[in-house]
Amino acid sequence: MTLVARELTVGRGGLPILARLSFTVEPGRALILRGPNGSGKTTLLRTLSGLQAPYEGEVEPGPEAVAYGGHRDGMKGQMTVAENLSFWAGLHGVRDIEPALRAFDLQRLEDRLAQHLSAGQGRRLGLARLLVTGRSIWCLDEPTVSLDAENTGRFADMVRGHLAGGGIAVIATHIDLGLDGDTLDVRPYKATLEALE
Amino acid sequence: MRDLALAVRSGGGFGLGLVFFLIVTVLVPFGVGPETARLAPIAPGILWVGALLACLLSLDRIFALDREDGALDLLATAPIPLEGLTLAKAAAHWLTTGLPISIAAAPLGVFLSLPWPGHLWLSLSLLVGTPALSLIGCFGAALTVGLRRGGLLLSVLVLPLYIPTLVFGADVARRGAEGLDAATPLALLGAVTLGCLAGLPFAAAAALRVSLR
Repeated sequence: MTLVARELTVGRGGLPILARLSFTVEPGRALILRGPNGSGKTTLLRTLSGLQAPYEGEVEPGPEAVAYGGHRDGMKGQMTVAENLSFWAGLHGVRDIEPALRAFDLQRLEDRLAQHLSAGQGRRLGLARLLVTGRSIWCLDEPTVSLDAENTGRFADMVRGHLAGGGIAVIATHIDLGLDGDTLDVRPYKATLEALE
Repeated sequence: MRDLALAVRSGGGFGLGLVFFLIVTVLVPFGVGPETARLAPIAPGILWVGALLACLLSLDRIFALDREDGALDLLATAPIPLEGLTLAKAAAHWLTTGLPISIAAAPLGVFLSLPWPGHLWLSLSLLVGTPALSLIGCFGAALTVGLRRGGLLLSVLVLPLYIPTLVFGADVARRGAEGLDAATPLALLGAVTLGCLAGLPFAAAAALRVSLR
């Protein structure tokens, strides 16, 4: 499955941020988004995930192939690590959460309530969720925030494994993950007033 | 299912509505005096208003908590339609507030000197009517989820929509208590609930889509 964006214009609150953005990501490749704060990386990722509609242009395939990972992990503090993962796995029709737990070394924390996890551990749990969605395109927004060097490496390995299986990853990040893919600097696409006409 | 487990565990969410209902019911005799002649006629109305306010108490938690921790975004991208999600949320809300209130209302009727067959009619009317309260509330919560401090606005939006349910529900309980035929208001109450069930999950899902943007 190839991710294609054609002449995409995205924005927030009625104001376009990025205009006329086109790119293609082949299976097994990653696309790293770069740009300063507020340059529209998050908005672009949310549009690719179907959380908001593009102002113009189109994205293929639709949101049903995309797993979104935002700033917040969406994990419930009152449930254990395993319960949280099982919930998302069940929602996506996946049974086995073992591989996801193993990918981030979460087995020992399995029965810990999510509210007792440290920021980094919580982040690992949030990223492990991607594995139980079973979707081929990952749209990740600053996934390595609060991860230490070791777990950043684990994360890079997880994404590499995903790419090796024919998956696609679109990642907004400021660090170099050493992934096989292209880098897209969003700055040149900044929406200007004449682009609105 | 997750919401149910969460509501039970979050401590405060579950049971809070029920305790509120209990306190309102117990307070009324202090306010208007303990005479049976005065309490009995207003008992159905008091119990229904109490149930309504108790329902309102936990409404703003329905979507706000999921939005705060980002789970709402993830749920919206999950392979279940938002309509199904809102229906599940309303069901969980009803199971944690409407259902316990309906069961507790019959014994609480004793505090308010509700005449005997009225207890059953009261519980029945609440059982039929409270799902509508949860569904309407779910719609209101979806509308206000994007707003900070939306709780107050939610109450102002939702309370007027509760009027038909309150009118028919209290009427069922009153007629039941007076030994009159309560079938007609009960049928109308059921119709309100079914109407909410048929339409509001779609409206709530549409409201959620807008506020996710």
